[in-house]
Amino acid sequence: MTKSELIEKLSYSNNLLGKKESELVVNTVLEGIRNALIEGERVEIRGFGSFTVRTRDARDARNPKSGEVVRIASKKTAFFKTGKELRERVDKEAPGL
Amino acid sequence: MTKADLVERVYLKTGFSKKESAQIVETVFDLMKSTLENGEKIKLAGFGNFVVKNKATRKGRNPQTGEEIQISSRKILTFKPSQVLKSVINGED
Repeated sequence: MTKSELIEKLSYSNNLLGKKESELVVNTVLEGIRNALIEGERVEIRGFGSFTVRTRDARDARNPKSGEVVRIASKKTAFFKTGKELRERVDKEAPGL
Repeated sequence: MTKADLVERVYLKTGFSKKESAQIVETVFDLMKSTLENGEKIKLAGFGNFVVKNKATRKGRNPQTGEEIQISSRKILTFKPSQVLKSVINGED
């Protein structure tokens, strides 16, 4: 499912929502999560999961072409931990039952 | 930040009531959950991809007793942030 398919499904789910409103809602939700992560804040969505920012340590790597050792700076990344409900639903034997 | 904060944002941006905004945000996550439950991946451009992966059976050990145990095969959900999301988190544009 792509973002535009999610937007479409959302607009079918609720007669208050046209395509435009659905698009605004999906973008507002994603932007909200993104802005919190930019601030280094944790985002917790009950039943779905939580997003946190994790720091990857600086490390030495090698340029595979030249063999030269290059230092890779420490960087931050978004980490997602699946919530209990979703983790159980994803691992169910027969989906949809 | 919690779901309530996302509801507040949607309420301020759209003009729907708080109750409607809460229902709509709930629906967004319900749609995502049922998609993933069916094993289908979700690709959100500019944000990241949620993918269900199969994990094979493997051997593990109870760290307390040292006893060897079989860890059954299972399906897990992974999230891979998009390049755009990684960049903004690192303060790049």
